[in-house]
Amino acid sequence: MPAMTYAHLDSPTARLWPVLAVTAAVVVAGMAAFLTIDIQGHHVTGMTQRVPWGVPHVFAYFLILAASGALNVAMLASVFGRTVYKPLEPFSTLLAIALLMGGLTILVLDLGRPDRVLLTMQYRNNWSIFAWNTILYTVFLALAAAHLATLQNRRYARFSPVTGHSANVWRFVLTTGTGLDLGVLIARELYQSAIFAPLFISYALTYGLAVLLVLLPVMGWLGGNRPEPEVEQRLGRLLAIFVAVSFYLTVALYAFTLYAPAGRSLARFVWIDGGIYTALLWGGQIVLGTAIPLLLILKKQPVLAAAAVIIGGFATLYVFMIAAQVFPQSILPGHVVSSAYGDGMVAHYMARWPEWLLGFGGVAVALLVLLAGCLLFRIVPSRRSRDPRPLGAEVPP
Amino acid sequence: MSAPERMDRRQALKTAFAGLAATVLAPGLMLVEFGTQAKAAATGSRWGLLIDVSRCQGDCAGCVEACSKEHGWHAEGRGGHEPQWIRVIKATDPVTGQTSTVPLMCQHCANPPCADVCPTTATFRRADGIVLVDKHLCIGCRYCVMACPFGVRFFQGDDVQNQRTNSPRGKGTAEACNMCVHRVDHGRLPACVEACAATGGAMTFGDLNDPDSAIRAALAEKAAARLRPDLALAQGVSYQSL
Repeated sequence: MPAMTYAHLDSPTARLWPVLAVTAAVVVAGMAAFLTIDIQGHHVTGMTQRVPWGVPHVFAYFLILAASGALNVAMLASVFGRTVYKPLEPFSTLLAIALLMGGLTILVLDLGRPDRVLLTMQYRNNWSIFAWNTILYTVFLALAAAHLATLQNRRYARFSPVTGHSANVWRFVLTTGTGLDLGVLIARELYQSAIFAPLFISYALTYGLAVLLVLLPVMGWLGGNRPEPEVEQRLGRLLAIFVAVSFYLTVALYAFTLYAPAGRSLARFVWIDGGIYTALLWGGQIVLGTAIPLLLILKKQPVLAAAAVIIGGFATLYVFMIAAQVFPQSILPGHVVSSAYGDGMVAHYMARWPEWLLGFGGVAVALLVLLAGCLLFRIVPSRRSRDPRPLGAEVPP
Repeated sequence: MSAPERMDRRQALKTAFAGLAATVLAPGLMLVEFGTQAKAAATGSRWGLLIDVSRCQGDCAGCVEACSKEHGWHAEGRGGHEPQWIRVIKATDPVTGQTSTVPLMCQHCANPPCADVCPTTATFRRADGIVLVDKHLCIGCRYCVMACPFGVRFFQGDDVQNQRTNSPRGKGTAEACNMCVHRVDHGRLPACVEACAATGGAMTFGDLNDPDSAIRAALAEKAAARLRPDLALAQGVSYQSL
């Protein structure tokens, strides 16, 4: 394998500064949203007693899942020995760190008492998946950072296989934990299923790769070295596989829900008469997030396909997160229930501006970390580092 | 006449340290003293609540009003944002058309999903079965609100008005019916049970582990069921005639 050389982002000032300024402005707007929620209380958001998790959680889950999948390319290079992806390995690793930091920023700043977040370490409840996830996220960040260090400094290069394999295993553990966050909830009919672990792993692989694919031309525009078109085509074909697997597991989950009589009204709500949720399922997840990307990849447009996957991914998580909460809980099965509180009725949820700004603020944090990393460290492939060998002539693992 | 002794630097430091230690430790020691005076949760008891819905008056909200007054929450206002520690549900059997009025509050599960998911142990179950929230540990993640199968856990998203000293609540933290633990620990009935006794007398409170208690006698008289028995949560609240 040839020695890889990486470079700082060599961005034309006229392009970089506007991007940095807009990103920083969105971060500031996100901070303003956080302060609004923190000072005034969550009643300024659209989240209610019946819908305690809203749009911020949709953004946070998307970013945390994408962080795990953003490592795909780095793992193909380090674990599976695909040297054609070696030039993208540091970028892939840094992107994973940046996305996770963005997602965790949202989760922490949305807490009712964000000042107490460290209590999760001091007063751990080892039965809580949430508490476990704090460890999973921290270790993932440490492993990804260690792997990045082995790629940055030749002295540590010998540890690269160890850090690569560890990060690869850990990201599956992490995404299992993220999926089980919802999977263990017996209170909501749509959840309470172990399939959320593999389902979220498939979503993670899909969203992370899609985000990376969309960012490749952006980084090229900012002065990075955009990979050969054939590399993007290959990643596009891999994306198609992930999209198909994600769709299969989603259908399996809903089909299972449909089979039990008690779950049929929920399945009907999501698939047929759930209003915005049905529209997002069909228009967002199935058409924009599955069918169109597959067609675009066939048409050799992987970057456009990836952009569609990202929008479809948000729609998918919105349905999972919100539809599961607005659908009435089954407190007295076999009875028709009603109350002034809205029992038996579909709850109303409409996100308000602080939630959107907090969500986009988290995305901007991820982008800012990524750009700062690319400017400060040698992350993007240098123009000398292109693998001279033809594609397919890879070193077996 | 000898000159007054001058305090040397070492002595001054010793005195300052002793003063500092007293200032820091004394309040803590006082709290320990107060803590030993407080009555600890009775480990042999399992507090329970039995509700006979056939005796619950459909148009009576006595339990709701008593709870609201006792704990300082108010359901009116911003719609879905306000906590409602206890609410009344109308449940109709679609076959017989029979409608029951069901007071619903924290079910004080023996296996509480809210405590299972809580990352900081803020939500916990006392030895006597009462599920509480330590407001000093709650980080406001709302995972417990997501995890409650009965929709009876809430999140305080606003500054708390009319704070009751017996029932502390706080902006940004979770809350729910605490079975009037401040009353129970002093041998009194929960506010809702007391109010209900004045109207229909549908609620019976007592120690489920005490074979001579009123709740055990009522349970022996008429069959009772817990909500969602399929979840095996072993709630402390059960219902008759439902």
